[in-house]
Amino acid sequence: MSKYTEDDLKEELKTKEYEYGFYTAIESEKFAKGLNEDVVRAISKKKNEPEWMTEWRLEAFKIWSKMEEPEWANVKYPKPNFQDIAYYSAPKKKPKLNSLDEVDPELLATFERLGISLEEQKKLANVAVDVVMDSVSVATTFKETLAEKGIIFMPISEAIEKHPDLVKKYIGSVVPPSDNFYAALNSAVFSDGSFCYIPKGVKCPMELSTYFRINEGGTGQFERTLVVADESSYVSYLEGCTAPQRDENQLHAAVVELIALDDAEIKYSTVQNWFPGNAEGKGGVFNFVTKRGLCETNAKISWTQVETGSAVTWKYPSCILKGNYSVGEFYSIAVTNNFQQADTGTKMIHLGKNTKSTIISKGISAGQSQNSYRGLVQVNSRAENSRNFSQCDSLLMGNACGAHTFPYIESKNKSAQIEHEATTSKIGEDQLFYCNQRGIDTEKAIALIVNGFSKEVLNKLPMEFAVEAQKLLEISLEGSVG
Amino acid sequence: METLKDKILSSYVAFENNMNINSAVHDIRSKALENFEKLGFPTKKLEAWKYTSLNSLLKNDYSLFPDRGRSIELADVKKYFIHDIDTYKVVFIDGKYSSFLSETTHDNFDVCLMSSALTKPKYKAIIENYFNKAAKQDNLTSLNTAFASEGAYIYIPKNIEVQKPIQIINFTTGSEAATMIQPRNLIVVEDNAHVQIIERHQSLTTNEVLSNVVTEVFAARNATIDYYKIQNDELNASLVDNTYIKQETNSEVAVHTFSFGGNITRNNLNFFQNGEHINSILKGITIIEGKQHVDHHTLVHHIEPNCESHQDYKGIFNERSTGVFNGKVVVEKEAQKTNAYQQNNNVLISDKATINAKPQLEIFADDVRCSHGCTIGQLDDDALFYMQQRGISEKQGRGLLMFAFANTVLESVRIPEVKSRITKLIANKLNVNIGFEV
Repeated sequence: MSKYTEDDLKEELKTKEYEYGFYTAIESEKFAKGLNEDVVRAISKKKNEPEWMTEWRLEAFKIWSKMEEPEWANVKYPKPNFQDIAYYSAPKKKPKLNSLDEVDPELLATFERLGISLEEQKKLANVAVDVVMDSVSVATTFKETLAEKGIIFMPISEAIEKHPDLVKKYIGSVVPPSDNFYAALNSAVFSDGSFCYIPKGVKCPMELSTYFRINEGGTGQFERTLVVADESSYVSYLEGCTAPQRDENQLHAAVVELIALDDAEIKYSTVQNWFPGNAEGKGGVFNFVTKRGLCETNAKISWTQVETGSAVTWKYPSCILKGNYSVGEFYSIAVTNNFQQADTGTKMIHLGKNTKSTIISKGISAGQSQNSYRGLVQVNSRAENSRNFSQCDSLLMGNACGAHTFPYIESKNKSAQIEHEATTSKIGEDQLFYCNQRGIDTEKAIALIVNGFSKEVLNKLPMEFAVEAQKLLEISLEGSVG
Repeated sequence: METLKDKILSSYVAFENNMNINSAVHDIRSKALENFEKLGFPTKKLEAWKYTSLNSLLKNDYSLFPDRGRSIELADVKKYFIHDIDTYKVVFIDGKYSSFLSETTHDNFDVCLMSSALTKPKYKAIIENYFNKAAKQDNLTSLNTAFASEGAYIYIPKNIEVQKPIQIINFTTGSEAATMIQPRNLIVVEDNAHVQIIERHQSLTTNEVLSNVVTEVFAARNATIDYYKIQNDELNASLVDNTYIKQETNSEVAVHTFSFGGNITRNNLNFFQNGEHINSILKGITIIEGKQHVDHHTLVHHIEPNCESHQDYKGIFNERSTGVFNGKVVVEKEAQKTNAYQQNNNVLISDKATINAKPQLEIFADDVRCSHGCTIGQLDDDALFYMQQRGISEKQGRGLLMFAFANTVLESVRIPEVKSRITKLIANKLNVNIGFEV
């Protein structure tokens, strides 16, 4: 066997095409392109929303029209033309099904190819899957099991109908429509998403999971997720994405809001593998996401993310540590290859006393990609004895890519303790040589090292997801991860 | 109402009257003025000025070309000099050269005035090659460039080791309500040469002072430069210090900044490494209280392979003071084998004090070792308890711990007199008896 060198690897990385790129031919119903008040009204009407929701959307639209697209992120991309996007697209045959047999076979085949067969998941993984296919939920499982515990887990459009009080109380409470450009856009036009409510004292018996896909060329996807964990409850929520290969840039502007009331705990894990564009940097998804969680007294929110896809990522899952003794965590692996750009990180806002936060961020850049960590740790004057630890490590493969860190640290309290560490390195020649000496070929050795580098974060993923996360790392750095 | 910017722009004509307007230097000035007109004063909207607002300073009605105020007696200002060793001195009073207090030289090398360097044909070649060649054309640097006429000019030719340190001191005595000065320094150190410089700005008036200083430093091959900035000014004085340092192969430049005084102090310290095996050292101690504000804004630009940079900034913030540290390290893709190290440690003594830190890395090369660490914390309670057990009072113990915390930066100071002076200043500032003579 000829020797596998780093150059071969680079060559392979260059030519590696998106494996999950395919396009399912499902008939879609979609709106004409463009955005104005009428479109917002139409979306709301389409979803049979009550008056207050329509008003809320219109208010958000008004705010959005006055806003300008942010420029501060360390990413470059052609600005999307917001009038050239269709703001609503739903699979035309909306099946209301109780068993998988009734689901469109073509859709099932899509999942089969992605390796997330519903049957298998139902049987083996004990995961309730609320599948979102182009903005509208088409299958919901395990609903009955959850209902027994009083857990509400349903598409947000359904929740608006069935639990208006809960939705009204919490939507926009953590990410108000005026928060930023994309949050405002999302608030105005969000198509669907998930709503989850865990009642007092309930420990959710299974991992909740949603799969998002973008399937229709030229449609943006605007998901809205709202998770409310009532006092002393616990939930682990999984979210994963893969997108079929399209030539056009696709826009995704989601909003995720988490609310952890007193003593509650929310664990939110994401594996994101949207179409990153091809080796020439053409196409790919724009992923502009606002994710934020609010912690009341003694509550805990933990974000874990594995970001391997998207042409441009702009994402900062944050925690507002409002209550005393609340805890925020952020574990992230961001992999960029070819011409991908990622500007991601977190914000930890310490308001309550004795609040703690941990940030572990691992960035891996290859090809000609740019990978940035941007984070804020803010300790307010009343947050006595707050504690933060941040660590940002970057791994560079080749000298055409870049790794950047922009940590902002603001402290107004003398008893706060804040530590920040960052390192940048490459895969050491001596590390590779050591492995080679012991009969491990270069490809396997790189896999070993990358795995070791990311382990701290991979370990935080729930079992069900760890496998998929590994798969995605493989795809992104194919040839390097064995 | 006429804003300070308008006032500055309209005063340019008067300034031009005293200058030779048919010179290359003046073209640079005019261009810089245009640039300043376009950019204006920095606002908090600019990312680089996010944590520092100059608004409170800009509302003063500054006198831009201060008349010489009262004359200064050496005895009155002696304490501001490092006087226990023999040094060269370039002293300015209200932006004008004071031959009485200065001690310049032209033997083998030049320690003299910017005003003569800019006008005399003898210096023309150097000015053409170096003046305004390292400075970034940003807002306040442009403002300085537009009015650049006086400051220190230091030229050290090849293979010369300057035996005595050089002190650059700017006194302000302004009798008018407020004074603004724009000192401009140029320091060129040729191959294998060595020089040590101490810079200080001192207000002798109770009126407001704003100094907007630009210093350009060029270190040629194998040159070594030791630069000490002592900032212990009165509370009515604010300082914007813009320093641009260009280094060539094998050179080593170390800048120590000691910030203890002043109202608002902003240090823009920029290093550009144009060669291999360069070492850049940036160190600082900040100890402030009251409503003081110190902002360290550093940039190290690694352009070529095999270079190093070391940053170590310590800060102690009491009462309502605010500290800012924004350290940026850029490693270009050609700059393989770079070793960049950055450390920023802060202690808040009061609940009203604030620290904003942004240690930033931008890396485009893969074979590099870059690390940064930033901490905000308190003194070690165990250590304090240990000292109390041994009969050291809590106050004294705290003082000693803070002193030890800051002291690591002092270890690399190479002029013993500067070291002992700073040690005394720190001990004084922290109100601690360090128990030994320095």
